[in-house]
Amino acid sequence: MPKEIFLLPIIDIEGLGLDAGAHLLIKHGLNKVPVGGAVTVTGTAPGWEAQLSAWCRSQGHPVTFTADGARITRSAVHAGRWHGALSSGHADPRHEGAVHEQAHPGYGLAARGATVEAGAPEYAFRLSEKHGVWADNAAELYAQALAAQWHADQAIDWNAPFDLPDEVEDAVAQVMTYMIENENAALVVPARFLGQLHPHFREVQAVLAIQVADEARHIDVFTRRLRLRGREPALSTAGGQASLKTLLDEPDFSVAEFLLSVLGEGTFVTLLNFLHAHAPDPVTRQIARLASRDEARHVAFGMSHLLRRLDREPEFRTRLANAVERRNDALAGTAGLNEEVFDALILLAAGEFTPAAIATGYARVQQLMAEMAEGRFGRLVRLGFDEQTAHRLAALHTRNFM
Amino acid sequence: MTRPLVMGAVAYAPKVVTIWEGFKEYFHRRNFAFDFVLYANYERQVEAQFEGAIDIAWNSPLAWVRAERMARARGQSVRAVAMRDTDCDLTSVLVVRSESSVATPEGLRGKTVGFGALDSPQANLIPRDHLRTQGLVAGRDYTARRFDLLGGKHGDHIGGERDAALSLLAGEIDAAWMIDGNHLAFSREGTLPAGATRIVARTGLYDHCNFTTSPAASAAQVERFVELLLGMAWDDPEVRPLLELEGLKAWRAGRTSGYALLERAVDDERFYDAEGNILVADYRY
Repeated sequence: MPKEIFLLPIIDIEGLGLDAGAHLLIKHGLNKVPVGGAVTVTGTAPGWEAQLSAWCRSQGHPVTFTADGARITRSAVHAGRWHGALSSGHADPRHEGAVHEQAHPGYGLAARGATVEAGAPEYAFRLSEKHGVWADNAAELYAQALAAQWHADQAIDWNAPFDLPDEVEDAVAQVMTYMIENENAALVVPARFLGQLHPHFREVQAVLAIQVADEARHIDVFTRRLRLRGREPALSTAGGQASLKTLLDEPDFSVAEFLLSVLGEGTFVTLLNFLHAHAPDPVTRQIARLASRDEARHVAFGMSHLLRRLDREPEFRTRLANAVERRNDALAGTAGLNEEVFDALILLAAGEFTPAAIATGYARVQQLMAEMAEGRFGRLVRLGFDEQTAHRLAALHTRNFM
Repeated sequence: MTRPLVMGAVAYAPKVVTIWEGFKEYFHRRNFAFDFVLYANYERQVEAQFEGAIDIAWNSPLAWVRAERMARARGQSVRAVAMRDTDCDLTSVLVVRSESSVATPEGLRGKTVGFGALDSPQANLIPRDHLRTQGLVAGRDYTARRFDLLGGKHGDHIGGERDAALSLLAGEIDAAWMIDGNHLAFSREGTLPAGATRIVARTGLYDHCNFTTSPAASAAQVERFVELLLGMAWDDPEVRPLLELEGLKAWRAGRTSGYALLERAVDDERFYDAEGNILVADYRY
């Protein structure tokens, strides 16, 4: 025997057949030698040589049989598959170059950081530019959201005792009807973008996905509260739906985040805090508190994304301002907040159907309106709008709140 | 317009259309006029080679044997010009259940052995020949049970071999023949549980498919066709999916040294005569 035969690594598959996994031992051994290098395989399973020949043929590795066993030469074929493969970044977003400015269509559904074979299909994800979707704290916001998930049966005491006058219970049903309609928009908007977002931006994908789950939970608890005393959903107005439709019609992710999260959901947080403070029954108050926490996270993501984008692209502010004005123009011919909702909020804050209570409720709703506008103003200033523009845009926001 | 090189292939599965449409596109991008015709069976395809309908055929080994015999009888010639790396040096294995008392082919006397399609070189003709060389003849020394699927496809459809494997597991037959690679494939797909079967015999080495030229084919066109085929690189992401579908890593120049076992089997089993006429009576295709 030539000397080098004895120096070849020996892989003894013993009695294990290649119909029972022996190829793993052989592959592992072959991976340790360079292309063109050889290993010797020995075995005892009946017919193992036939199986080994078939396996080597299918893998493109030349094999010869000697008295010492089978000599397999590692072929270059397997490395060939990875010629021209795409390197898709890094799983950890903090790693240098982890998240690409432009996600390649060929990364497709691969985990970020995977090596992607050339020739993989290209996916047409419309949202594939980092600056158009990214927020540096997206991973953190997702982790917070995950930790703050709540179970409607456990977090809310549905049996808490209360008894409201019919007029007030009707008002609660109307407000819940309105909330559900708005939350439908808050669910559908991120859900639509989610399907268009390149999975390379995994952290943003996770934030949007959990937002959708949050909104589904809100819709569920609002519906359960609405039905708790046997009511059915009340009125939905053309003006309210027209306002929400403009959110669904917005094709730009950043603009939609601005209109929906920063202005709309931000306003909703104020409304939910109002309901937490003034709702006439403990169930509505609990629901409002929990939903408010979730909505605040949605606002935080929108703010974070826009702050990052505006930092790099200050002129984008003009587009945001134009979007508010355009939306205001589009809704100029509609009634805005439906009268039933406005009245219901007063009654709900009144808690009783008496002149004195209604006076209190009315004052509280006026206060709510002022707080909503102040909140919008504050967020606009944080986004770098000058005070005058911030006041103007805060005032132009839809009268439908969302 | 240049008359394209027309290739014949047998449509044994729907993927055949995908494969050859892909090849056609590959050839066209390299300014080589190429077209193909699909046949329902290899017998019709080989006959078409002598009617001038096709210039080249993607032939099973049995179709090659027939084409070669027909050409010789007519004073013409056909050539095997290219094949897959995976067409070289195949073997078929005879498999029994692990607990079977059969340890050698001799142990098959009086037993029932499963074979693939009547026209399958790998699961019928070469295995029968192998047993014959061991002194075992079907009907005399053992009972042959055929798992016949899609006649005329020359065993390309592996369903016959799979049915034989399932029948073996069910205890209906005592042994079954299959290509060595299919033994592994049936294990991977779970048809044969790991360790449930044991190999008791293996045929000699034989070659499988090749591109067979027709007698009237233009030598220059065939040469260019082979040159382009051999230039298909596994590293090329445009080409790799086609090679994967067709089951190869690289094309090789054709050789005819690997058909001796089948030649002998065709004679012994009286499948074709020396002129390539079909002799076997119950062959339906």
